[in-house]
Amino acid sequence: MGLLSKKDAKLITDPLADNNPITIQVLGICSALAITAELEASIVMSISVLFVMGVGNVVISLMRNIIPSKIRIIAQLIVVATLVIIVDLVLKAFAYELSKTLSVFVGLIITNCIIMGRFEAFALGNGPWRSFLDGIGNAAGYAVILIIVGFFRELLGSGTLLGIPILGDPIEKTGLYSIGYENNGFMLLSPMALIVVGIIIWVQRTRNKDLVED
Amino acid sequence: MGLKSSLHNLKEKYKGKKMAPAFNAIHTFLYLPNETTHNGTHIKVADDLKRTMNTVIMALVPCLIFGMFNAGYQHHIALGQIEASSGFLGSTFWTWDNLVVGLWQVLPLVIVSYGVGLAVEFLFAVLKGHEVEEGYLVTGMLVPLIVPVDIPLWMLAVAVVFGVVIGKEVFGGTGMNILNPALTIRAFLFFAYPTWMSGDKVWVHGAVERDQMIAAGENLDAISGETILGSLAQNKAAGYEVMDMFYGIIPGSVGETSVLLILLAGLFLIFTKIGSWRIMLSSVIGALVMGLIFNGVVSSGWITESSKFYGLMSTEFWHHLLIGGFAFGTVFMATDPVTASQTNKGKWIYGFLVGFISIMIRVFNPAYPEGVMLAILLMNVFAPTIDHYVVQGNVKRRMKRLKVKTA
Repeated sequence: MGLLSKKDAKLITDPLADNNPITIQVLGICSALAITAELEASIVMSISVLFVMGVGNVVISLMRNIIPSKIRIIAQLIVVATLVIIVDLVLKAFAYELSKTLSVFVGLIITNCIIMGRFEAFALGNGPWRSFLDGIGNAAGYAVILIIVGFFRELLGSGTLLGIPILGDPIEKTGLYSIGYENNGFMLLSPMALIVVGIIIWVQRTRNKDLVED
Repeated sequence: MGLKSSLHNLKEKYKGKKMAPAFNAIHTFLYLPNETTHNGTHIKVADDLKRTMNTVIMALVPCLIFGMFNAGYQHHIALGQIEASSGFLGSTFWTWDNLVVGLWQVLPLVIVSYGVGLAVEFLFAVLKGHEVEEGYLVTGMLVPLIVPVDIPLWMLAVAVVFGVVIGKEVFGGTGMNILNPALTIRAFLFFAYPTWMSGDKVWVHGAVERDQMIAAGENLDAISGETILGSLAQNKAAGYEVMDMFYGIIPGSVGETSVLLILLAGLFLIFTKIGSWRIMLSSVIGALVMGLIFNGVVSSGWITESSKFYGLMSTEFWHHLLIGGFAFGTVFMATDPVTASQTNKGKWIYGFLVGFISIMIRVFNPAYPEGVMLAILLMNVFAPTIDHYVVQGNVKRRMKRLKVKTA
């Protein structure tokens, strides 16, 4: 036995693969389409969600016995909103350019279904430690997909990764561009993000037939 | 031992093995129809899927040959090497020189389109263990006809892989696709590599190359190969005679310029009952209605010459049928039996909206002067909805009749 018990470890590993919030539960698609044109934005978005979910799940779990069930949605919203505002202000203070790129989508973390879904489904019924693990696990599952999509979209769409040219210079015609390669502008459009997510879902379900719904 | 029997032996040998569909495909392509009925009702008709496809290909061949001559002709005219041709049978058009240049440019497009597309089809047939379907035969022929002549071959190959896999195979292969695969391929190219799919350089072979030479410092005249739609979208005069538009002696995608040949092909498809005359006719009506509305807007003075829409709006309504890919899209793509509406009433609505929306996109979005591609793709998505309401309407009407009778 390591640091975590088997049951606790599953809380983290499950959302990474067979119960992934994006590819299996199909939640949080909106932000996955909107901000994945650049890898850097995907990574920052993932970290923000990781923070909001980890802390949010713990807070909700601590408050679970004092929140009246009739107004629990409002209580949850206040918790998420507070955390998102913290993230937003931190980004504005320390990474202003990036926060402009992410624009409204940081604020829209509030409406990310994964967060409210985990509050409702998990944090309201479990202790703080397990809720923390669950939040981290689900946010990591979200992050994995975001980073894969962001990787391919930036590489094929702009020929860069994290803003660093990988395939050469398209204007000076160096590297791959010297033999006639061109960036795929479709990759920068949101529909292509949906198609990339679709391909990930396809690959995942081909490898694990149990995930295929009838 | 003949080819047939050796193929048959191979087929028997590989029966039940993984590669079986690949051999079966060659065998059935050359000798046998895909499926034979074993039980139930037998309807004896000769036009199976393969024959249907072949008829469409026969209708496309004249467009392809014309496209080759036109590619060479536009190239030579732009370089100033020949005089402009007068009429359809002009002496400077049907020349050996034009054909050679055209063949050299267009044949690789055809080979890449078929080679890559069929490779993907074979791969999926082997992976899924079903027979190879003939669906790609027509798509493979349509694709080279709707791309600019100078498109780089690797882009075409990437687009074909995307179109066949995402446009068709993920939905379950031939007959299950929602979008027309050929147009999916073109739409992919259009959004992925817009510099190679629009502008005034790509439509004439040699113009891009000439540009690069000028950029390198050589003292040459630039070639402008603006399409008519491109000129009109910039409020410039089209610069071509109406009859030239009809004959197709204008720059454009490889095989879509000649309205004359497309019209003949359309009549051939209607005569052989392969293409739906309802869709073709209603789409032409839709385009004319939209064109008339725009002409009306211009003549009532709501739009002045300063407007960026003026050029295309003031185009005489029936010219819209002659320019751009409208004729080609209407005859060969809107009528795709898989993605179009299935009911007769639905076909009228579907076709009308294809024509109507094509001209609307053309005029209102100069960035996408080829509205017919987007219009057909859009209506492909709506075709099942149209059919649903047509069928429900019919059910309702008959229920009412039943009630009257029994009341």
